[in-house]
Order: sequence, then structure tokens, then C-alpha cells
Amino acid sequence: MRELFTILWSFLKIGAFTFGGGYAMIPLIEYEVVARRRWLTEREFCDLLTIAQAAPGPISLNTAVFVGYKRRSYGGALAAVLGTVLPSFFIILVVAIFFDQMRHNHWVDAAFRGMRPAVVALIVAPIVGLAKGMHWALIGVAAATALTVWYFGLSPVWFLIGGAACGLVWAARRGEEVER
Amino acid sequence: MIATLVQLLVSYLKIGFFGFGGGYAMLSLIHSEVVVHNGWLTSSEFTDIVAISQMTPGPIAINSATYIGYEVAGILGSVVATVAVCLPALTLMMLITHFFLRLSGNRYIQGVVGGMRPVVVGMIASAALLLIFPAEEEGASFIDLWSWAIFGVAVLLSARKVNPILIIVGAAVAGVVIYGL
Repeated sequence: MRELFTILWSFLKIGAFTFGGGYAMIPLIEYEVVARRRWLTEREFCDLLTIAQAAPGPISLNTAVFVGYKRRSYGGALAAVLGTVLPSFFIILVVAIFFDQMRHNHWVDAAFRGMRPAVVALIVAPIVGLAKGMHWALIGVAAATALTVWYFGLSPVWFLIGGAACGLVWAARRGEEVER
Repeated sequence: MIATLVQLLVSYLKIGFFGFGGGYAMLSLIHSEVVVHNGWLTSSEFTDIVAISQMTPGPIAINSATYIGYEVAGILGSVVATVAVCLPALTLMMLITHFFLRLSGNRYIQGVVGGMRPVVVGMIASAALLLIFPAEEEGASFIDLWSWAIFGVAVLLSARKVNPILIIVGAAVAGVVIYGL
């Protein structure tokens, strides 16, 4: 029971102090889980990151489920998820309630006009790094996905399913070659 | 009311289940559900929520779920959307953790992950395109040349690994000076 509270407390801290989400949270999680609590070894943490990135959902949430479940099964997973989610839930709720009232304030409106292009820039910036080193055909797939989702309003889910199916076929064929 | 809550639940379960590639890749999915299919928000309101999510702690997917849930159906809506976006990750990750050792080197899993990778990059790019050139005229994020100037400076700073919160705060100050005074 005490460890459940420790898990909850650790992930509450992580949830409350990690700005920018995802990748920004990893060093903090690593410090808490590997160095401080010794719940995982360095190697286990590396493997965990691979899995957390491959699985759907926010990376920090996936990491929390893994650590919590490994320590204390279902209860541990739930405690870790509550810890990750609760701080942002309450902060955002407060922001949402007050932001509605100041939405039309002259200065707030001006600030947001300036912030919107910067937000788009933060989204654009990692694309170059991700596309670097990718085969030209895969860059073509990425471009086709981007243009179709944007221009025709098609849900990206279909492309994810298609990509997964292609990967599966490719893996199966490569497997046959290896066996031969 | 009940119909809206059910729609929120379905939309955010979908976002949670297909949210591969983390925060930014999930944005195009969230945009597709929230702006295109359900019309709960305009494109610029969506961008504002992304900005707020960047400046508050926690993952963007969860922050946006809480915020949009509240906008659409009040506090109950924010609870429903937040729980819905977490449920798929919670169940899937528990399964994965359970079978961890057997899965990690599996070539089919690697194939699936590899096949989805270019799509994830495309999803991030489409999120950017959707915000730069929204379908509806009203609610655009880029309104004049100043917008493009802020965008250019922010891309350069971000490439140099400047803290994203600083970039957004800087852009807010620029906005107050350009549009407020």
C-alpha cells in the first residue's frame, strides 16, 4: 500500500513539473524512476522508451503505465496514470474556466495573435530532423499523407492502418527470405 | 447533452487508440476529430489550445482533451474526454508490459512500427499545414506578414534547441507590441 502512494507521489511530481510534454518529460522520469527510486535499471529504461514510443498514446503516459504495472500490477498502473494526469487536468480546467472570460480582452487577443505562428513553428521544427536519413520513397509516403490529410480532410487513421499493413507484409516476406 | 458526451467519449477513445508518434503527430488526429468532423472548435481556437498546452505542464494530448472536453460539455465533458484519451494507452501498455520480453524483438512488431513511421512524420506535417492554411477563412493562425516573420524566427530558435516555453512567451510579447499598441 505504501509503495502505491510512492508511485502516485513520484508521478504527481513528474506530471506537475514537465512542461512541453513528451520528450521534455523523459529526463525527469529517468531521474525519478532510475536514479532515485531504482524501480528500473538503465537498460530497462532504454527498452521501455522504445516500447513507449511505438505504442499509441502520449509517451509519458505509456512510461507511467509500464513502471506502475511492473511494480504493483493494476493498482500500480492506475496510481502512476493518476499521478501523470491529475496535475495537468486541474491546471487546464482552471485555465479553461478563466480563459473563457478573458478571451476577448484586447491585450490577451494581441498576445495570442503573436503566439499562433510560433506554435506552428514548434510543430514544423522537428519534421526536418525526423525526415533526415529516411529513404526517398518513405519521404514520399510522408508527403502524400500530409497533403491528403490536409487538403481532403481524410482521417490520418487510414494511413496508419495502411502503413502498419505494409510493414507487416514486408516483415513477413523478409522472414521467408531469412528462412530460405 | 448525453449525445455530446458520447461523441466526446468516442472521439477521444479514437484519438487515444490511434495516437501513434506522440504529441505533435496526435495533433492532426485531434484536429480531424475536433475541428473537421465535429466542428467543436475553429482552427484558431484549436491553435490557442495547443499554445496553452505548450505552456502548462503535461502531455499535449491530455491537456487538449481536458480543455476541449470543458469547452464542449463543461466539467463532466472534461472528465469524460480525459479518461477516454488515457484508457487505450492504459490497457494497451499493460498488455505490452505483460508480454514485454516476448514482444521487444519480434519482427512483425518492428515491421508495423517501421511501416507507421513515415505516416507519423506526414501527420506532423499535416498538423502544420492545417494550422497555416485552414479550410475556413475565419479563424486563421496566419493573418499578415508579421505572422510569417514570427514563424520564421521561431523555427530558427527551435532548431537551435531554445526552450519552447521561452519561444511562445517571446511570441506573445511580440504579439502585444505588434497588435496591441
